[in-house]
Amino acid sequence: MKKIGVLALQGAFMEHITLLLSLGVEASPIRLPRELEGLDGLIIPGGESTTISRLMREYALSAPLRDLCNDGFPIMGTCAGMILLARKVAHINGIQPLEAMDIEVRRNAFGRQVDSFETELKIPVIGEPSFHSVFIRAPYIERAGEGVEVLARLYDGTGVAARQGNMLALAFHPELTDDPRLHSYFLSIVNGDAKR
Amino acid sequence: MDKGTWTIKAGLAQMLKGGVIMDVVTPEHAKIAEEAGACAVMALERVPADIRAAGGVARMADPTVILAIMEAVSIPVMAKCRIGHFVEAQALEALGVDYIDESEVLTPADENHHIWKHDFKVPFVCGCRDLGEALRRVAEGAAMIRTKGEAGTGNIVEAVRHMRAVMDEIRKLSSMTTDELVAEAKALGAPLEQVIKVQKTGRLPVVNFAAGGIASPADAALMMQLGAEGVFVGSGIFKSSDPEAMGRAIVKATTHYRDPAIIADVSKGLGVAMPGLDISTIPEKNLLSTRGW
Repeated sequence: MKKIGVLALQGAFMEHITLLLSLGVEASPIRLPRELEGLDGLIIPGGESTTISRLMREYALSAPLRDLCNDGFPIMGTCAGMILLARKVAHINGIQPLEAMDIEVRRNAFGRQVDSFETELKIPVIGEPSFHSVFIRAPYIERAGEGVEVLARLYDGTGVAARQGNMLALAFHPELTDDPRLHSYFLSIVNGDAKR
Repeated sequence: MDKGTWTIKAGLAQMLKGGVIMDVVTPEHAKIAEEAGACAVMALERVPADIRAAGGVARMADPTVILAIMEAVSIPVMAKCRIGHFVEAQALEALGVDYIDESEVLTPADENHHIWKHDFKVPFVCGCRDLGEALRRVAEGAAMIRTKGEAGTGNIVEAVRHMRAVMDEIRKLSSMTTDELVAEAKALGAPLEQVIKVQKTGRLPVVNFAAGGIASPADAALMMQLGAEGVFVGSGIFKSSDPEAMGRAIVKATTHYRDPAIIADVSKGLGVAMPGLDISTIPEKNLLSTRGW
């Protein structure tokens, strides 16, 4: 059985674990470098990117996570996780991203909490129907490099989901819905069924 | 595009889980808190220990202070309004704060009614001492709950009492039959549908943090092990001798709350914690946790 780690320094990690377990894979919280051993994939959840970034550095997780990214390890980042995977972050406030994906993202890009929203997104790689997506003080993709496939855009063309190699970045929160299709898509990357 | 929905309101609290929300009174405090790893800050004019010492009527903070703090940091900013004071809440919503704490730390504006929070786009957090109080607030629209503790005392005993009360009640519900739930809902003074929801899921319908008396890394980890999903630290950080170190240590202890070696390590050399108050020396009329119902 495949084993997926969920970075559990702060944020909505339990929601990811619950969803993964419902899909029949093992899932465990990751707080220290030694817990990364034996994993087949990793999810960096939503939460506060400044908090997660600081705890990543303090407990020596940044270097092994960078190594995993460079080795083509399957990693999915949602919201704060997308920010941490980015090469460059606007409105950075002390965050040190892993610089794993060739995307530039803007934090709190839509504004404050009163500007947070839910909407339907067309995501061709998971097919129909559209995906009900929850954006909470969310980031968006300002620029994506050549090797990056933008998987979903808002009605105005703003990029909010992307894939590069085995890495997946989502500006919204599939773990806050009952729709498991994006987690299944990530598991297909882990299984090597969704090679590009 | 739908804004201000229940999923959006409760969802932000889910993103705060495993984190520390720190009381701050200046933009400089707010920056120290963000740098220490706070997942949000509570913008105030005075921390609870000072509100307690000052006495008199405590109101919503001056918007100038709140806006300066919102400008200073990129993490969510919360602010407090008085219990039942829906106009203070309307003003805070107009300022664009990310969460409103309808708080017993301020002097209540209404002894019979809390705010009907479903009318707002901005989410609310409310205090509770037991499960019934928590579910009454959720029914009114609170998208996040915190146990009250006794703010501004640096004494964890009330926070422990309230968290244990909530968790014990939840465990008790799980062994009840449906007909017993009706009687229990009556005893709790909570809506039956909320009680049924808690029984089905084995947890509160919204995220539950601990508050009121947390003054050390071990206090924070204690509340987490008792079932809190995160902690509010009021006076405990900026009334200690080294707020930066105390803030960082409490953040680490909250993440690694089940790791005694890490808790021991981060507790080293933090200087002097905030001065504490024995609850039994506080006249009953000066208790904050008995405000609201």
